[in-house]
Amino acid sequence: MANMIELKKIDKVYGEKIKTQVLFGIDLKFEEKGFNSIIGESGSGKSTLLNIIGTLDKPTSGQVFIDGKRTDTLSKSELAVLRNKTMGFIFQFHYLLPEFTAKENVLMPYRIQNYNITREIDKWADELLELTGLTKVKNNLATDMSGGQQQRTAIARALINKPKIILADEPTGNLDSDTSETIYSILRDINENYKTTFVIITHDKRIAEKTDRIIEIKDGKINMDVKR
Amino acid sequence: MRLAFKIALRFLKSGRGQTILIVLGISVGVAVQLFIGSLIQGLQINLLETTIGSSSHITINPTNEEKTIDNYDRVLYETNISSPEIINISPAVDGPSNLDYEEDIVQVLIRGFNIEDADKIYKINSNIYEGRAPERKDEVIIGKDLALKSGLKLGDDAVIITPGGGSLKLNIVGLYDLKVASINETWLITSMETAQDILSIDDKITSVEMQVKEEFDADIIAKDLSYTLSQEDLKVDNWKDQNQSLLSGLNGQSVSSVMIQVFVLVAVLLGISSVLAISVVQRSRQLGILKAMGIQDRDASLIFVFQGLMLGVIGAFLGIALGFGLLIMFTKFAVNPDGSPVVPIYINNGFIALSGLFALLSATIASLIPARISSKLNPIEVIKNG
Ligand SMILES: Nc1ncnc2c1ncn2[C@@H]1O[C@H](COP(=O)(O)OP(=O)(O)OP(=O)(O)O)[C@@H](O)[C@H]1O
Ligand SMILES: [Mg+2]
Repeated sequence: MANMIELKKIDKVYGEKIKTQVLFGIDLKFEEKGFNSIIGESGSGKSTLLNIIGTLDKPTSGQVFIDGKRTDTLSKSELAVLRNKTMGFIFQFHYLLPEFTAKENVLMPYRIQNYNITREIDKWADELLELTGLTKVKNNLATDMSGGQQQRTAIARALINKPKIILADEPTGNLDSDTSETIYSILRDINENYKTTFVIITHDKRIAEKTDRIIEIKDGKINMDVKR
Repeated sequence: MRLAFKIALRFLKSGRGQTILIVLGISVGVAVQLFIGSLIQGLQINLLETTIGSSSHITINPTNEEKTIDNYDRVLYETNISSPEIINISPAVDGPSNLDYEEDIVQVLIRGFNIEDADKIYKINSNIYEGRAPERKDEVIIGKDLALKSGLKLGDDAVIITPGGGSLKLNIVGLYDLKVASINETWLITSMETAQDILSIDDKITSVEMQVKEEFDADIIAKDLSYTLSQEDLKVDNWKDQNQSLLSGLNGQSVSSVMIQVFVLVAVLLGISSVLAISVVQRSRQLGILKAMGIQDRDASLIFVFQGLMLGVIGAFLGIALGFGLLIMFTKFAVNPDGSPVVPIYINNGFIALSGLFALLSATIASLIPARISSKLNPIEVIKNG
């Protein structure tokens, strides 16, 4: 199967004077439609890795290929388009725009590429809100929703452009276990229905065990990589 | 671009308190600027009007020994064709004389006019408060102050001692008040014929007076006129040359008024800048996530340019309204004992449009720094730091 994401010899060093190397020669490939998890101790470099995959951060050396496309040669503007079209982000802190309603937040990635909302997209947004159980609160401002609802809104938002990749950094980090379960089952459904490639960082061993592949990062290196 | 506008609008709406404050700041700035500007303009127009509104802007004087203009029909004709800017041309026969009344003899100035022409400059008819303008020969009107001093009344005869030594009686048919004490006290206004008689200068005149449409062009028009005149012994004077100190006073006032206005606008600009700069920091989370989702840097900066523009537009309109309010209040409350405003305000549409435009410009310029910060913001900073 084709590789959706490919990392070649990724190093990441922070700091100018006092250099701290966080990632050491990471080589990784993620296949299309894969449901992957990354685990590891706090400070091991998981978020750094995910942000590099998401082209939000640049590796100190090494290359990132997204859907076969080399990213270090792209301009800022081209990267923005790439992110908008092929990737959806779900962060630990949901990062909704508090000035907008749930549905407006969901539609935002679409609006970035195309201001006018077509009927199909409007319907798709409603479907996503239904899927994430937010139909009732879709016209609430982001600030007038519970933490779980906000996180589910972020998931719906990540899906609106039908991206090929979804990157999630502890998407349920601050939610109770029941809500976490629900959210993971939503992500799983999406993975199966839309063939989206997932890379999910999690602390939760139980959840990691439900994924197709578990990668453990330790001190900036791949310590373990198991497929089921 | 439209998304940037939508986001800008939403940011302004959700930060309502801040938006209202900044709009208020801009409005007050614009209002003060408009108020000061209009006040100074009104003051200057008013001053100019009282100084030269009812007087000759350009005067043709003879330089020959007799101090007379012989062929004045030709002079009038040439004046008329010299420039379309020249209006209210009025020939005059002037000469000093003495008025003999019961207690005293005083120096007066005989001013022989073609009343109809001179009225356009001096507004004689509308300033006659008793009687009428002179119509027949040997009729005269005298000023309020002279009437008070000499005790002469309507219908009395004024006894004039001519330069030749003889005396002449002029019938007082009217009393005027031209609002200038020195005129009211010395001018004996009569027909040209009567004046020529008193001064014994036959069919000659002693000067040609006129006004121009644009007071401040008087010097240029006067220059042209002196070229046009074919007669040798004439000299063309204009009010600007004769009122240098007034002009430099007006100039100084204009400069200081512009300075005040500029400083007010700079204060407005700094105010908008600082509020927008704070708001870009407050919104950095939102900007970070928008960038992660793929918004272009250009659009991210446009969000703040649009905010600046909208603040500018609303602020300018409110400011103009407020400025008008101030002006109206000023004309209502700062009044003379007779109820007329101390400074009549002139509404200058061009100036108002300029004020509004400047506010808009300031707001846009002020938004450039936050726009730049927004464009440069790296999403990773926000995403890592929560
Ligand atoms: N800007 C920076 N400068 C220096 N060191 C940094 C910087 N950002 C991150 N680090 C370091 O890099 C290491 C990896 O950070 P990262 O956020 O990737 O960890 P993580 O695995 O996601 O941890 P957690 O599970 O707590 O989220 C940490 O030791 C952190 O202190
Ligand atoms: Mg992390």
